[in-house]
Amino acid sequence: MKYVQYLIDAIALGSLYALVALGIGLVFGVMRIVNLAHGELLMAGGYTLYETNGWPAVLRVLTALAVVIAVALLMERLALRPLRRASPTTTLVMTFAVSFLLRSIAQKRWSAQGKTMNLFTDLNQAFTIGELRIKYLTIAAVVVGGVLLGAVTLFLDRTDLGLQMRATASDERIAQALGVRANHVVVGAFVIAGVLATAALVLFAPQRPVVTPDFGLQIAILALVGVVVGGMDKPSSATLGGFFIGFANSMLFSLLPKGQRVFLDSALYGLVIVVLLVRPSGLFQRETVTSRL
Amino acid sequence: MSAPETTALVGRRPARLVLGRHLVPLAGPVALTIVVGVASSAFSDSVQLQLHTALVTTAMVVGLSVFSGNSGIVSFGHVSFVGVGAFAAGIMSMPAQQKATVFPELFGFIRDNDLGNVASLALGALVGGIFALVVGTALVRLSGLGAGIATFAVLGITRNVLRNWSGVGPGAKAIPSIPQTTGLTQATVALLVCIGVAYAYQASRWGRRLRASREDPAAARGSGIGVYKERLIAFALSGAVAGFAGAVYVHLLGSVSVDQVYLELTFLTLAMLVVGGIDSLWGAVVGGLFVSLLNSLLFEGEKGLSVVGIDVTLPASSSNIAIAVVMMIVILVRPRGITGGRELRLRALRRPRRAEG
Repeated sequence: MKYVQYLIDAIALGSLYALVALGIGLVFGVMRIVNLAHGELLMAGGYTLYETNGWPAVLRVLTALAVVIAVALLMERLALRPLRRASPTTTLVMTFAVSFLLRSIAQKRWSAQGKTMNLFTDLNQAFTIGELRIKYLTIAAVVVGGVLLGAVTLFLDRTDLGLQMRATASDERIAQALGVRANHVVVGAFVIAGVLATAALVLFAPQRPVVTPDFGLQIAILALVGVVVGGMDKPSSATLGGFFIGFANSMLFSLLPKGQRVFLDSALYGLVIVVLLVRPSGLFQRETVTSRL
Repeated sequence: MSAPETTALVGRRPARLVLGRHLVPLAGPVALTIVVGVASSAFSDSVQLQLHTALVTTAMVVGLSVFSGNSGIVSFGHVSFVGVGAFAAGIMSMPAQQKATVFPELFGFIRDNDLGNVASLALGALVGGIFALVVGTALVRLSGLGAGIATFAVLGITRNVLRNWSGVGPGAKAIPSIPQTTGLTQATVALLVCIGVAYAYQASRWGRRLRASREDPAAARGSGIGVYKERLIAFALSGAVAGFAGAVYVHLLGSVSVDQVYLELTFLTLAMLVVGGIDSLWGAVVGGLFVSLLNSLLFEGEKGLSVVGIDVTLPASSSNIAIAVVMMIVILVRPRGITGGRELRLRALRRPRRAEG
């Protein structure tokens, strides 16, 4: 029974990281940019929740969503669009600079001291089935995660814009030759990434109620590791990678003996290195010839 | 990208020509280092400290560029080599009697011995190099972003172990009472040593082979270059340089804790490398010093600064925001860095450079 409990907790955390990872994966898919500033979208939403404390919950979530999407679009327009033809290293450092800028602004405006988001704290309560103790939050994470992932999949499969995104992800030049407008696709990816980031934020908020300038960075770094481990090239493998990293994090935490839990990070990163060595192009992706070079 | 120095495999040349070829690219970084070092003595103590930090941080960037510049693989984990170098030198420089009371849980051979300044610097380089050699044996098989993430994972593990294993490190505490031997002379000489090592490597046949693999891995392999072997050599050497820089760094700080050699330093050194120009040693030095000096200037600006008779006082804690904005502007205007990723050449000084394609 103990292990079923571990499994449930791990699935819940996995769903949260899957949301963040899908956002990173979509943006990478259409732009070939690893967005290190993705976590700052969660941070921006978090401070919005703090500032709107006292408003009706739905309104607060919608405001956060609007702020997050606005930040995402500004990021794309001002910092990333001018670098469309630059090398991956350059764009990577640019997104780092954006991340650093947003964190510095947050630090100046709200200081390094944490601010309480105070959203949906009731979800931390739990009910029991036999020996199992299940938080409402766990259910919410799995349901919201599942619904959103399903919705994005449907969007990519069934709509024109989704088709264009997949086309761009598989071959940008051919997609553009066939009339796909790059800017539309990119804006679409950033909007979806914003929606997913907000959803993840809302689900993280009850269990990590304090937002600091580093709040998003910590989440996004782990999600990014997951994306690379899963395989960056397809949104689906990136999402699975995100799920994997959240799942492994929670599982390792439960399985490590109490005194050894401080070494959780080592165990997790050790696992990541092993996965990367065994399957360099991603856990959930087929090997390609060029990826071996 | 075209890099004539990687494709022109020259045979023996008259000594005068060889000297000329090496003199200019090496003279730039060396001169800049000496200028910053000497100029630092004209300023107040706090500015001096910042300039010395600039020199030492630049040494770390040079260490990073030995691998990333020549191989084209961005490493997010080089600060782990800086970190082990810093901790090895730091803990072995702390007086032994003091260690026994402050960190009784250390292993005996670490607790009961201490080293002098130069020996501790050598130890930093040695530990950094060996650590890089060990992890590199596995990691250099990866390319691109996978390699980046794997090196970052190494950083995560290094930090986690140093912070929690009281047999080898100070845990959550800082290592205190490290002799502050890094001043003007040591910082300047250390950076010059790093530049010398980095230049010697990149001018050597190993450096050339690795740069060939950076330009085209398949063609390099086809010409009989063992890409993994070359990468491993560069990785271990850059680990040693980074470890050495870390050792110099703790002697500047006087005390060191785990969080000082983690994410922030990683990002800072990477940003310096890219702002300067990732493909050249000149870029690493220019980027390191430029970003450091900008940082100091903005930091001083917060306290109030007199620029050509006008008093400027920046709002408090705005220096980070300004530095981020400057970084973004530099990247937008010169995506390949201030130096364009080239070594310094006389021709580049004499006539305006062609627009880049």
